[in-house]
Amino acid sequence: MGDNATLEQKAQVKGKVALEGNEAAAEAMRQINPDVVAAYPITPSTEIVQTFAQFVADGEVDTSFVAVESEHSAMSACLAAAVGGGRVMNATSANGLALMWEILYIVSSLRQPVILTVVNRALSGNINIHCDHSDTMGARDAGWVQLYAEDVQEAYDNLIQAVCIGENMDVRLPVMSCMDGFLLSHSYELLRVEDDEAVREWVGPYKPDMPMLDIDDPRTYGPLDLYDFYFEHKRSQMAAYPYAKQAIIDEGRRFGEAFGREYGLIEEFMTEDAELIAIALGSTCGTLRDVVQHLRDEGVKAGMLKIRAFRPFPAEEVVAALDGASAVAVLDRAASFGAHAGPLYHEITSALYSYGKHIPTNNYIYGLGGREILPEDLQSVFDDLQQLAEAGQPAEPVSFLGLRE
Amino acid sequence: MSHYPPDAKWHEMERAGIIPQAGNAEEYSVGGWRNEHPVRDDECCIDCLFCWIYCPDEAVTVKDESVIGQPFSADHCKGCGICAEVCPKDCIEMVPGGEFQPGEPGQPEEE
Repeated sequence: MGDNATLEQKAQVKGKVALEGNEAAAEAMRQINPDVVAAYPITPSTEIVQTFAQFVADGEVDTSFVAVESEHSAMSACLAAAVGGGRVMNATSANGLALMWEILYIVSSLRQPVILTVVNRALSGNINIHCDHSDTMGARDAGWVQLYAEDVQEAYDNLIQAVCIGENMDVRLPVMSCMDGFLLSHSYELLRVEDDEAVREWVGPYKPDMPMLDIDDPRTYGPLDLYDFYFEHKRSQMAAYPYAKQAIIDEGRRFGEAFGREYGLIEEFMTEDAELIAIALGSTCGTLRDVVQHLRDEGVKAGMLKIRAFRPFPAEEVVAALDGASAVAVLDRAASFGAHAGPLYHEITSALYSYGKHIPTNNYIYGLGGREILPEDLQSVFDDLQQLAEAGQPAEPVSFLGLRE
Repeated sequence: MSHYPPDAKWHEMERAGIIPQAGNAEEYSVGGWRNEHPVRDDECCIDCLFCWIYCPDEAVTVKDESVIGQPFSADHCKGCGICAEVCPKDCIEMVPGGEFQPGEPGQPEEE
C-alpha cells in the first residue's frame, strides 16, 4: 500500500478501525446488547448515549431505551431495571455522576451489576468540561468497582470485561468503566473492535439473581434496616470486594485468551529493577511510558505503575510492585480538599504502611480541569525522585505539576 | 427482618439485606411512635371496610369480611387518623394517647 492510502485503508489492513473513545464505548454497548439503558446526556459522555440511541432506533439492538429527565432519574431507572432482572448500562460524566450520588450507593448496596461508563470530567465549580478525576474519586466510597482506561482500546476492552466482573455470582456489584474526558473520549485511535458474535459469546447471556419480578418467588429489596441488622448487611457487602478483585484478574485473563489482550489489577512497566517509580491512573500512563522508556535509554532505572483497578484497591499487588524502589511519585488528577494529600497518594502510602514498607513517596496534584500534562512535566517528577531517593524524606509531600506558581 | 434470629451473624444472611419471604411485614412491630389511637363504635359501623382499604399499614384487622369486633393492631397503627377521616359514618374517633385501652369500643373484650 502506497503513501497515498487513507488512514482508514491502512487501518483495515491491520484489522483495526479508527474510533473515538465515546464511539468505541457505544460499539461495546451495541455488541453487549443490554436489556435496558436509561440515560441523560452530559459532556463529554453525551456521544456514547447519542450513538447508542441511534442503534436502538435502527433496530441494531434489543435494548429498551429510557429517556429520563435527570441523572438522578437515570440511575434510579437503571436500579429498578436491574432489580427487575435485566442487564443494564448507562454513561455519564462529572456533575451527572454527582447527581446520581444517592442512587450509586443504593445500587451497590442492593448488589446490582449496573455497568456505567464514566467519561472523567472536572466537577464544578467553576464550570469546566475537561478532564480530571474529581468525579469518580468523589464516588470512590460508593461501593462500585472502578476500572481506569489508559487508551481507547482499553476503554472498549474494559467495558466488555466490566459486564462479566459485575455479574459474577460471587461479586454482583456495579462497575464504573472510566476513561479520560476528551483525551480519550474525543480522540481517534486505531483499535481492534472484536467480532460481534465473539463478544456476545464471551459476555454470555444475563443470569438474573433473585429478580424482584419473579412473581412465583417474591422478595423485598431495600426495606427499613435499622441498628439491629444494617451493620451486618454492610459487613456482608464488604465481603464482596475480594471476590471482585479476583474476578478482575480472572476476566482479564479470559479476555486475553479470547482476544489476545490480557489485563490485570495493575500494570507494571519496567518496575522490576526500578529505583524510581511513578504511579498514575488513566491516559497519563501512556505519556509516562514514553518518559520511562526515554529515561531507561539514558540509564536511569525508572518504572511506571498503572493502577487499572482503583476499586477494589489492589493494596497487596501495589506493595509487591514497589518492592525495591528507593523513591515513588504518586500522580493525582484530583484534589481531596482538606486532606493532607491526593486520594491515590492516600491509598498507596496506606498500603505501604499496612504492609510494613517505608519508601519515600511524593504526591503531585496535576491536570485539574484539563490542564495539560506534558512529557517534560513527568520528566521533572523523575528529577525530583532522584533527590527524594537521596534525601530519604520529602520536604513537602504534596506539590503541583503544571500550575503557575 | 424477623425471619432471622436476633443473634444471626453477618455471613448467615441473604445478600443485600433482601427479605426472601413474602408477606412478613406483620411480624415487624412499627407501632411505637403513635400518640393518638383510633376508637371505633361498632354499633355505628356498617362494615364498608373503607378503613381497612385506606390504612397505609395493616392496623385494621378483618375476620370473615368484617371489622366488627376485631381489634386494631397495636403493632402497626401509627395513629395517622386516616381510618377516622375516611369513615363515611364517622364511627372512628382519634383519642389522645398511644395506648389502646381494654374495653374501649372497637376493642376486644378482656379475656
